[in-house]
Amino acid sequence: MRAAALILLAAFAAAGTLAYAQQEDRMRGTVPVADETRPPPLRNPENKDVRRERAYSMQPPTIPHKIDGYQVDLNVNACLGCHSRGRAPVTQAVAVSVSHYMDRDGNFLAEISPRRYFCEQCHVPQDEVKPLVGNRFVDVDEILRGAPGAPAATRK
Amino acid sequence: MGGLVDLAKRYWATIWRPSRHFSLAFLVLGGFIAGVVFWGAFNTALELTNTETFCLSCHEMRDNVYPELQRTIHYSNRSGVRAKCPDCHVPHEWTAKIARKMQASKEVWGKIFGTIDTREKFVDHRLALARNEWDRMKANNSLECRNCHSAESMDITRQSPRAGNMHSAYLFTGERTCIDCHKGIAHRLPDMGAALKSP
Repeated sequence: MRAAALILLAAFAAAGTLAYAQQEDRMRGTVPVADETRPPPLRNPENKDVRRERAYSMQPPTIPHKIDGYQVDLNVNACLGCHSRGRAPVTQAVAVSVSHYMDRDGNFLAEISPRRYFCEQCHVPQDEVKPLVGNRFVDVDEILRGAPGAPAATRK
Repeated sequence: MGGLVDLAKRYWATIWRPSRHFSLAFLVLGGFIAGVVFWGAFNTALELTNTETFCLSCHEMRDNVYPELQRTIHYSNRSGVRAKCPDCHVPHEWTAKIARKMQASKEVWGKIFGTIDTREKFVDHRLALARNEWDRMKANNSLECRNCHSAESMDITRQSPRAGNMHSAYLFTGERTCIDCHKGIAHRLPDMGAALKSP
């Protein structure tokens, strides 16, 4: 019994090693985990200033411009230099949503809520890169329309 | 009082009395050569204080503002052009340069008495220090920026739409100058909330 278990364990281990050796990772290629890969060159983020569609209604909008060197710390929030309520009319940037002035109990504050201060926690610039892995995400509008290939909307 | 006047008169007479031992040629040529040497030495010394090495010889600059510059596009970029300390902080034109150098004697005072000789002191003074430069650049219409970035050679069609719009609305109309919007591009900003409260 014990010998059989050992043999089974060895067989699993061998199979695992084989599978691991053959595995091709989308990011690493066939480079073994222990070795260092040559990372792809850094790209410039998209800088077209054209607002992108949100994938779903509550998605934090992505940033359609470069934010290299923008200072967001105790001293200053560079994003709010354009996106704050007072600056937006001058710069024609999208003003920060009212939700960002609320604390977590829904009370409105005079200034941006501290929990919303670090913009890049949710809002990020985008690079024009091919996604490394596929995904089957379908926009909810397509589901509602019953578009071909979209999973059927279930109603209760 | 009378003694002083006498002394002044004696010196005056000495200065204007013709030379007894030296020829006119010696005095004229000698004066000329001495002038050249003096002027050369003066300018060499001046240029010596206009180098990055000189700025970074003080730890106040080396430890605080320089590492901040190193992270910005003015230090390292795709085309390999670097703006060094004097490119932005010292006017290039001679008269303005001398005026700035005279002001800088106050910075020597600060160095001697250790006004910003610790990180904490530097952070406390950061707003005032930044304001000095903002005011200077506001007053000279961002001259040091424009030594490299001129509005005439700026092609806004090569800029992002928002940059192009802002430059045509504010820069080309002369309504704003570079430093009005581009503060904190080469160093970290001070507490801007405090800056707004005490203009």
